[in-house]
Amino acid sequence: MINELLFMNGYGLYVWSAFSFTLFSFLVLFLIIKIQYTKEKSKFISKFGSLNSERAAIAKSQSINKTILSNTSNI
Amino acid sequence: MFKYFEPSKIFSITSKAPKYVLFLFIIILSIGLTEALVLSPEDYKQSHSVRIMYVHVPAAWISLGVFSSMTLLSVIGYIFKIKNFFLISKSLAPSGLVFNIIALVTGSIWGKPTWGTWWAWDARITSMLILSLFFIIYLVAWRIYENNDKIFKVTTIITILGIINVPIIKYSVDWWNTLHQPASINILSKSSIHISMLFPLIIMTAAFALFSLLIFLMKYNTELIKIKNKGLDRL
Repeated sequence: MINELLFMNGYGLYVWSAFSFTLFSFLVLFLIIKIQYTKEKSKFISKFGSLNSERAAIAKSQSINKTILSNTSNI
Repeated sequence: MFKYFEPSKIFSITSKAPKYVLFLFIIILSIGLTEALVLSPEDYKQSHSVRIMYVHVPAAWISLGVFSSMTLLSVIGYIFKIKNFFLISKSLAPSGLVFNIIALVTGSIWGKPTWGTWWAWDARITSMLILSLFFIIYLVAWRIYENNDKIFKVTTIITILGIINVPIIKYSVDWWNTLHQPASINILSKSSIHISMLFPLIIMTAAFALFSLLIFLMKYNTELIKIKNKGLDRL
């Protein structure tokens, strides 16, 4: 059963490399986008932290800014 | 109607959605992989190499769908001056390009045992390669003209030129004598594919569509935060 799944009548190398390439591409794209997201979010948080109270209040009045600050999700 | 497409309204949904989409994607992908690699039957002619279809075909479909959506969004965005449509289009492009590359590479891997060659300058394959160039040109244009008003015009022109290639990809197998087989699945007429192979194909397409949605959501959120970062600089 395992041998048949691995070798697939001699086509195993082709099938497994096609599936591996697909899943590897998914992982790479996901990581690239996640890194970009984390970088922009930490930049936003650090910039927000450096604002004085008056400017911070103005910035916080915008709903998107509020959502960015309250959203603790990693993705 | 377009007020529903305002970034603040969309962001309240897109900021929460990725984790649920990721969860659903993992479940659907696991089912799809089990079906594609274990449960689905081998082909009487192509044997087990037919399993490559379960990654090759959905990747090509999603790639074409993404480019068509990008064109539609760019054209509507340009006509009605809706900048957010350009942001949505830009966020769709990375997954479209990756699916295009997956379709080309897995097609090449499938070509070796089936046709005896990794590559042929066949109409379907060449037109898919041209589409990947349009994805690349589109993404490069955003890099070059990011802070320029020209970007909306430039990217709209790129997508309009690129969309001409989409029907060529679709009908290349009917218009020319190609190595690539004709379509086995037709929406309007009876499909020539057996249900035991159609089912895993549909599941894998759903998984790939969910992955494309996940990447779009993450990229869109990143782009919005990038804009808000610039807004903080101006305060």
